[in-house]
Amino acid sequence: MPNIELQYFAQLQDEVGRAHERRHTSAPTAAALYDELRAAYGFALAPACMRVAINAAFAPWEQPLGEGDHVVFIPPVTGG
Amino acid sequence: MADAPVDISALRRALMVPEAGGFCSFEGWVRETNEGQTVSGIDYNAFVPLALTEGQAIVQEVKQRFAICRATAMHRTGYLPVGETAVWIGVSAAHRDAAFSACRYIIDEIKQRVPIWKKEHYASGEVGWVPCHTL
Repeated sequence: MPNIELQYFAQLQDEVGRAHERRHTSAPTAAALYDELRAAYGFALAPACMRVAINAAFAPWEQPLGEGDHVVFIPPVTGG
Repeated sequence: MADAPVDISALRRALMVPEAGGFCSFEGWVRETNEGQTVSGIDYNAFVPLALTEGQAIVQEVKQRFAICRATAMHRTGYLPVGETAVWIGVSAAHRDAAFSACRYIIDEIKQRVPIWKKEHYASGEVGWVPCHTL
């Protein structure tokens, strides 16, 4: 199972209770990983209103995950 | 992306080139109310590496779409009290139409695409993530 580096922001960081996590997962894609985390932490946000960044670049939800990937789930942004 | 106050006059000076006939700027400030609640400040959380690349992509887009000379954008991170400048956009151009349009484009795209999140601190002592906004 690959090791994934997760970084959490905004409400996801509050729900998890920390900003970083290294996780062994069998989730094949970012979408599957979000489902796994949502079940574990009870994230309120649905993936339909979010984006995902893999290795600091926006990526498709169905992108396969590889060993050491850095994954950030992006809640609706509210800058400005 | 800046975690401390930025010298706005220096940002403005960098836009002053001989071929420009003027510049347009937008400054976003922390406002004292939101949705009927009194706000004491806003904590800006950002995924900085992606915010930088996305911000640079937006600036490249305006250079292709509008007849402008220079464009720059700055966004703060961390806790800012009411009245503090959270975002600054500046665009210089030969003529005003392009400067206004490009400035508007940059702030609109920042609000839609750049991974920055506002956590509002209220006078009541409560805090809350702003759910989302499109304008």
